[in-house]
Amino acid sequence: MIAEQQSIIVKTLCRLLVPFIQMFGLYVIMHGHSSPGGGFQGGVILASSFILLAIGFGLETVKQRFSIAAVTVFTSTGVLLYAVTGIVCLLLGANYLDYGILPVANPRSIGMLVIEVSVGITVMAAFVSIFHDLITFE
Amino acid sequence: MTSVTGFLLILGSLDVPDTGDPSSPPSLHVSPRYIERGFAETDVPNMVTAVLADYRSFDTLGEVTVVFAAAMSVLLILRGGRRRA
Repeated sequence: MIAEQQSIIVKTLCRLLVPFIQMFGLYVIMHGHSSPGGGFQGGVILASSFILLAIGFGLETVKQRFSIAAVTVFTSTGVLLYAVTGIVCLLLGANYLDYGILPVANPRSIGMLVIEVSVGITVMAAFVSIFHDLITFE
Repeated sequence: MTSVTGFLLILGSLDVPDTGDPSSPPSLHVSPRYIERGFAETDVPNMVTAVLADYRSFDTLGEVTVVFAAAMSVLLILRGGRRRA
């Protein structure tokens, strides 16, 4: 169980580290299609920043910023975004998840970016949700 | 029993092709196409992502659904059972 009040060292370190961890997670997701990285890895890094925040400042602080209802919504939003991308390709006349038909520049690159972002959203929210359920369970 | 199983496994591992063997079955069918034409077909320099998110994006959709299902299972088991108790 997480202590209610952590020492000033832990709190300061968390406050310093969390923005950089989140920035790095976003970088890993956004560069997933051009350099090593991707939605799964970036999502886990983002989730670890929220877990670090919960360790340093308590679960209530995290819940105020990222409510548990929003976490649940985000978990399903990622899967939905992924499936809808496939259906959009289907409606435009190509196969399911065949991004080549999307009406943008470099459609395959953009399609993969959308996929990576949706994977990242789902993985991040799923890990935060599992973490919350495990530490609040009596 | 354990020795026989171990012996059979070692016997089987002798026929496994060497790592990176260009004439092994996995390197002969679809891999050359991914390597030679991946960039031209997908506009993405990262070959791993090209396979994961383009050639086999249906598989990745399944993976994301598994992560989603895991989160929902934990949610239902640990958070949802309280109402009945």
